[in-house]
Amino acid sequence: MAIPLQAPDIGIARRRSRPGERVIVGLLALCGLLSVLVTVGIVLVLAGEAARFFAKVPIVDFLTGTRWAPSGGRVDAGEFGVLPLINGSLMIAAGSLLVGLPLGLATAVYLSEYAPARVRGIVKPVLEILAGIPTVVVGFFALNFITPSLLRPVFGEGRVFIFNAAAGAIAVGLMILPVIASISEDAMRAVPNALREAAFGMGASRRVVALRVVMPAALSGITASVILGVSRAVGETMAVTIAAGNTPRLTTNFFESIQTLTAYIAQTVSGEAAAGSTRYQSLFAVGATLFVITLGMNLLSIRLVRRFRQAYQ
Amino acid sequence: MSQNPLTLNHDVNDATRSAGPTRRPEVPTSPDIAVVPDTDPVFQISDLSFFYGAFRAIRDVSMDVRGNQITAVIGPSGCGKSTFIRCLNRMNELIPGTRVAGRIDYHGQDLYADDVDPIEVRRRIGMVFQKPNPFPKSIYDNVAFGPKVNGLKPASMDDLVEESLRRAALWDEVKDKVKKSAFSLSGGQQQRLCIARCIAVKPEVILMDEPCSALDPLATNRIEELMIELKQDYTIVIVTHNMQQAARVSDRTAFFTAEVSDEGRERTGVLVELDRTEKIFTAPGDRRTEDYITGRFG
Amino acid sequence: MTAVALPIAARLRRGASRSRLGLLLDAVFSSGLFVGTFLGVLALGLLLWTVYDRGWERLASDPSGFFANFVSRFPARAGIKAALYGTAWLMGLTALFSFPIGVGAAVYLEEFAPRNRLTSFVEANIANLAGVPSVVYGILGLGVFVRFMRMGPSLLAGGLTLALMSLPLIIIAARESLRAVPVSIRLAAYALGATKWQAVRHHVLPAAMPGTMTGVILSLSRAIGETAPLIVIGAAVSIFNTPDDVRDPFSALPVLIFNWTSRPQPAFAEAAAAAGIVLLAMLLAMNTVAIFLRKRFATRW
Repeated sequence: MAIPLQAPDIGIARRRSRPGERVIVGLLALCGLLSVLVTVGIVLVLAGEAARFFAKVPIVDFLTGTRWAPSGGRVDAGEFGVLPLINGSLMIAAGSLLVGLPLGLATAVYLSEYAPARVRGIVKPVLEILAGIPTVVVGFFALNFITPSLLRPVFGEGRVFIFNAAAGAIAVGLMILPVIASISEDAMRAVPNALREAAFGMGASRRVVALRVVMPAALSGITASVILGVSRAVGETMAVTIAAGNTPRLTTNFFESIQTLTAYIAQTVSGEAAAGSTRYQSLFAVGATLFVITLGMNLLSIRLVRRFRQAYQ
Repeated sequence: MSQNPLTLNHDVNDATRSAGPTRRPEVPTSPDIAVVPDTDPVFQISDLSFFYGAFRAIRDVSMDVRGNQITAVIGPSGCGKSTFIRCLNRMNELIPGTRVAGRIDYHGQDLYADDVDPIEVRRRIGMVFQKPNPFPKSIYDNVAFGPKVNGLKPASMDDLVEESLRRAALWDEVKDKVKKSAFSLSGGQQQRLCIARCIAVKPEVILMDEPCSALDPLATNRIEELMIELKQDYTIVIVTHNMQQAARVSDRTAFFTAEVSDEGRERTGVLVELDRTEKIFTAPGDRRTEDYITGRFG
Repeated sequence: MTAVALPIAARLRRGASRSRLGLLLDAVFSSGLFVGTFLGVLALGLLLWTVYDRGWERLASDPSGFFANFVSRFPARAGIKAALYGTAWLMGLTALFSFPIGVGAAVYLEEFAPRNRLTSFVEANIANLAGVPSVVYGILGLGVFVRFMRMGPSLLAGGLTLALMSLPLIIIAARESLRAVPVSIRLAAYALGATKWQAVRHHVLPAAMPGTMTGVILSLSRAIGETAPLIVIGAAVSIFNTPDDVRDPFSALPVLIFNWTSRPQPAFAEAAAAAGIVLLAMLLAMNTVAIFLRKRFATRW
C-alpha cells in the first residue's frame, strides 16, 4: 500500500499501525518456534546425561563393545557395549522389512494400478485402522498369536522361544506395512496418467505398465517410504519389548530372545535405575544413539519425498 | 460443462471467426486430396455408443475408415471426438465404469469380441496423444521401450531405433544425443518422438488424438508433413479441433457434433456426416456441418 | 503393411504376439498383488479377532466390576478404573496444550511466515520431529518435565509429553487444511478492507476447521494409544484412587495393558485383552467422529 504524498484527511490513505495484530502474529510465530525448542530440548536432554555417561564409559567402548550387561541394584558397574542392542534393532528392522516391504508394495501397486474403486474404498480404511492400532495391542497380538499359533506350529515348539525376534519383527512389519503402502501409493498416483496411456497405447500389459513405467517414475517416493518404514521399525518400542524379549545378544537367530535399543529404554525405566547411576545415564546414551539413527533416516526420506513431489508439478 | 451456447464456439478456429461469419477456410487443392481412392475399409463401425456410467458420451456412430488414408474427426468440444477415437483401440475400457455398445469391425473382425485381447488390439493400433508424453528416460529408451516390452526381438535394436526416428523425421535432429533425456527436446520434437515410439512397435493403424494442439505452428507443420508421408504405410485417424489442419492433411473428414438433451445437462456426441474432405469443406451435405465450418455454429 | 499374414481374428486373440511367459507373469503378478493386499487385511482381522477372543469373556462376565475396580493382584478382581480416568485426563490435557499451539504454528507458517531460511528451517524441523520415535519424546519428558521442572511422574508431565509428541502431526494436518482454502476467499476478505489477521480469523480458519479437527482427533487417538513415552516418564500401574489434580500420579490404559501382558498368569492376559477391547473401542469412536467431521463439514471448493 503506497502512501500518497498529500493524504486527504478522510482516514483511509494512511497506513494504520495495528499493535493488536502485531501481538497476535508474534504469538503465532512463538507457536512455530516452539517446535524448534522441542528439538533443542531433545538434544540438550540427550546430550547432557549422555555426556556424563561417556565420562565414565569411553565412547569407543560403547560403540564397539560386544557385551551389554549393566548391573542392576546398588553396584554401579557393568559392561556397556551397545552392539548387541544395535544388532537387535537391526534384526527387527530387517525382519519387519521382509514382511512389510513385499506386502506394503503389493498393496500400493494393487491400490494404485489394479483395484476397482470399490475395493480401494475398503482397503484404504483398513490400512488406516491398522496404522492406528496401539503398539501395545500389536505386541499383545505378537505374544498371544504370532508366537504360539503361527511360529511355534510352523518351526517347532523347541526351536522358537516364547520371546523371539521373529514375532517382534512380524508385528513391527504389520505396523510399517501401512506406512510403506500409503506413501508408495501416493508416489505412484502422482505419476501422470499420460505416461500410463503412452504405454497402454503401445500394447503394454498392466504388469508392464506398473513395473516398467509407474514404479521407476515413483522410485524416489517408494524409496522414501521404505526408509521411513525402517526408521519406524528402529524406533518402535512396545511390540518388541513385549514380544522380542529383553536379552541383549549378538545373534542372528530370529527364534531367540533379543533386546533392541528401544526395549532397553523401556525395560530400564520400568526397573529401578537410580538417577545418577551409570545405568540411568546409559538410558540417555542409548536414546541418543536411537535419535541419531532415526534422524538420519528421516532426513533422507524427507528429501526423497520432496523430490517426487517436485518431479511432476 | 457450460450450457452457454456462446462457449460452444470454443473450438472454431479464431482465424475463421474473425474473417467473418460466412467465409470458408481455404482448402488446398493439391492432387493428394482431390483424388481419394476407395481403398478397403480397415474399420467398419456400426451403431457405436459409449457410456461413462449412465452418461452416454457418443451415440449410434456408423462409419468406415479406409486403409492408407488419413481420416480426420472434427467437431466442437464435447462432441465425443476423443471418446470415439479411443474406442478404436479399446483405450476407453481402462476407465472404470465405462461401456461400449454397437460394433467395431477391424478387417472384418469384431474388435470387442470375447476372444479378442485388448492388449493385442493396442499393439496393432497405436496411438499418439494430445500432449507429448515421453517417458522420463532417454530418447533411445523411449523408442526401444515398446519393442522391448512387446517381446519384439529385432536383429538390431539400434537399427530399429534409428529407423523409427528416421520415419518420424526426427533422426537428423537427435542422432548425436539419443542417450539424452527425452525431456531435453522441444514440444514438437517430443511429439515426433512419441510418433517414432509408436512406429517402433510396427502398428497397422496410428490414432492421433489432437496431436498438434500443444504445439506451435512450425512444429505443427512438421507433424502434418510427416502424417502425409506415413499414410503410405499406415492408416491414420486424427482427431483435431483445427479445421485447417483437417483440410490440409486428411483424405476424408468426419464431422461430429454434440446433441444437447435432458434440459441441457447431457451432451451426447453424434456423427453428422463423413465424406471426402474436399466435399465436407466445399459442399457439405448437412446444414450443421456448413454452420460449423463457416463459423456460424450454434 | 496391411498385408495380412495370419487371419485377423487369430492375430487379435490373447497370446497372439505375447509370449506364454509374459502371459503367465501377468497372471502371477496380479494374483501376487491381490494376495499381498489380502494378507494385510487378514492380519488386521486376525489381530482384532485375537483380542476379542481373549478378552470378551472377561469383559462381558463382569463389565461393571471391570470398569469400577482398581488394579489387583488377583486377576479376577482387577479393574481399569484408574487407567480409564488417567487416559481421559491425558486426552484432555494433551488436547488443551497441543491444539492451540499446533493450530497457531500452522497459521503462522501457512499465512504469515516470510519465505526465508528461518521458516524453511522451522518447516524441516517439524517434518523431522514427526519422525522422532515416541520413546525419545518420553526421554524428553523425563528430562525436562519430570526432573528439571520437578513435576514428577504427574498427569501434567504426561499430558505435556504427549502434547509435544502430537504437535508435529497436528501442525502438518492443520497446514494441509489451511492450504486447501482457496486464495479467492482471502482476496475477497482483503477487498472488503480486512487485515490479514481478520481474514484468517473470520474466513480462512473457520473454513479450515473441519479438516483441522479431523487431524487433531486422529493425532489425539494416536497419543492416547501410546505407551512408551508414558512408561519412560514413570506412569504407574498400582494406583488406587482417581486423580483430581494435574499434579497427581496417574495410570493409563496402554500402560496397564503392557503391565498385564507382561505377567505370566493367563488370566492377566485375558484382562489385558479386555482392556485392549476398551482401548480399541475408544479409538474407533474417535476415528468415527473424525471421519464424520471430514465427511459432514468438508467444503468442496
